[in-house]
Amino acid sequence: MPREMVAIAGVELELFEDGAGPPLLFVHGAQGFVPEQPYVRMLSAGRRLIAPSHPGFGRSSLPDWIDTVDDIAYIYLELLDRLDVRQLDVVGCSIGGWIAAELATKAPSAVRRLVLSGPVGVKTGPIDRLDIPDIFATPQSDMERLLFHDPERMRMDPANLTDEQLAISVRNRETLALLAWEPYMHNPKLRHRLHRVSAPTLFLRGASDGLVSAEYLAAYARLLPNARIDTIAAAGHAPQVEQPEAFARTALGFLDAGAMS
Amino acid sequence: MRAWHFSENAYPYLPPADEYESIRVSLPNRIYDPEKGAALYDRFLDEWLIAEDEGMEIMLNEHHQTATCVDPAAPLVLAALARLSKKARLLILGNPISNRRQPVRVAEEMAMVDVLSRGRLEAGFVRGVPYEVLPANSNPVRMNERQWEALDLIVKAWTSHDGPFSHEGRFFHYRAVNIWPRPYQLPHPPIWISTTSPSGAARVGARGYIQATFLTGFDGTRAIYDAYRRGWREAGRGNDVPVDRLAYSALVYAAPNEADARAGAEKLLWYVTSNKVPPHFANPPGYVPVQANVAMLRGAEHPLSAFRRAATVEGAIEAGIMFAGTPDQVHRQMKRLYDHVGGFGHLLIMGQAGFLEHDETVLGIKTFAREVYPRARAEFPDTAISGVG
Repeated sequence: MPREMVAIAGVELELFEDGAGPPLLFVHGAQGFVPEQPYVRMLSAGRRLIAPSHPGFGRSSLPDWIDTVDDIAYIYLELLDRLDVRQLDVVGCSIGGWIAAELATKAPSAVRRLVLSGPVGVKTGPIDRLDIPDIFATPQSDMERLLFHDPERMRMDPANLTDEQLAISVRNRETLALLAWEPYMHNPKLRHRLHRVSAPTLFLRGASDGLVSAEYLAAYARLLPNARIDTIAAAGHAPQVEQPEAFARTALGFLDAGAMS
Repeated sequence: MRAWHFSENAYPYLPPADEYESIRVSLPNRIYDPEKGAALYDRFLDEWLIAEDEGMEIMLNEHHQTATCVDPAAPLVLAALARLSKKARLLILGNPISNRRQPVRVAEEMAMVDVLSRGRLEAGFVRGVPYEVLPANSNPVRMNERQWEALDLIVKAWTSHDGPFSHEGRFFHYRAVNIWPRPYQLPHPPIWISTTSPSGAARVGARGYIQATFLTGFDGTRAIYDAYRRGWREAGRGNDVPVDRLAYSALVYAAPNEADARAGAEKLLWYVTSNKVPPHFANPPGYVPVQANVAMLRGAEHPLSAFRRAATVEGAIEAGIMFAGTPDQVHRQMKRLYDHVGGFGHLLIMGQAGFLEHDETVLGIKTFAREVYPRARAEFPDTAISGVG
């Protein structure tokens, strides 16, 4: 698989690029980016797919000054400049949806169309209730049910992973805590900036997602001027993994509907 | 050697353990009866003062949202002890400065206690156990970095006497630090740091602070002390590391006869066996290094967790985390650990736990103070140099 390390703003960034066609930035979620997963080649069919591993995820370095999603959004603006991409489509999943939303508020004209799948990043509900269940205080068995439509099928067995893969997954989780611990899973400023996102935006949600509720997604979508919502059946928080065909079809369908002339 | 009476202020009146998920973090406080709690505070304060009368020093600590240690604001109890006690050194071990948002406030609290006690404060600092991050909503990632920045700032606040200074660091920001009162002791109260792993000990050694370690047994303690001694020497502090730089905390119970000692020791085990905490509280992401988590996912278990499942007095003594028996037996057990780890100058005595009643606790304190402590002081002098072989 075509992956390389590139130096961006002091970060050694692991970068995956594949395919040819209109550029598409894929912003991965908490599980990290795994090029072998089927949705990856579906997204890169007819597209130039650009998929960095976030600082502190995969093999990307984590400089000690980085501790917010905001920092990562700026790193990716720099990456787009480096790749000389002026405008592109963006698909972000989970915390990657948060990064994509931040990026779109900072450089609205860089984002042509935007797909946010199970995104976090804003606070929409009451002060005395977490919008997103506390994943750092939930037993592993409950986490599986919150994350997946079919936990039996999706369960990860450490025995099937190499030490490096296991270390990456542990480090991904550590970086997730660094970024999302407090304020929990959101940037209080973001909701006041989302009005700047001019790109047509599709909010996607796995119908069985136990972390991002339909209510949360609807409230999030209302903060953007041009957003609509779609649901992927028989999927949880990671529809790109549980239902790759439906995910790719829905996301690309939305992106291609506004095809560049 | 100096001996310190350490009590966790435990609240033991709990429902059966299978009726709750965790003794820490999530245990509802409706279980806590303030009437019983008040009596316990009185009792534990009395026991510290009895230990002082018997010639021992005083130690306390701080935890949050837990029945194991109902002392979520240790400086408050410390302030009470500063007025109630007369001569004992007062060790707080410690201030959880990775989780305290205002290090300067900690510097103020400690300076105040030092003045109140006319210079009897021993100021300890801890990173905090993993279950503390949720109560404090404190990020478990980069805790060490926060701890060291906070500590350096506290020391500077204690030792700056010519008006405000500014601090613009990675984690903490102040424009005008100028604490009142300043500490009683010059240049500042002795500093203690606790750890249960060698990784931080070298850095503590380089600074020459007192290194304390809890229930780390024979080989764990030796590895930590070795790292401390290495850090001390590499920092150019000389080849000889005095034993008074090293402290060890164990469950300790001495009684005149074996039957009483055994009964007390059994009750002390509560400290280990009651600590029911599920993994999502016990191991937040980033608290231990990536490789340690990989090892756990491959099935490795923390030695103390393994012990907890089959805790016995014999096992605890064998592991070096408990000294219990008649005065002779306790002395022998201490000496065995002392020799194995290269010596230590402070024994932090976990002398009360769970259902160990007042009379039993006092018997343990008095027997140790009168029958073991004099021999320990003679055989393990404060002026000794630490090291193995």
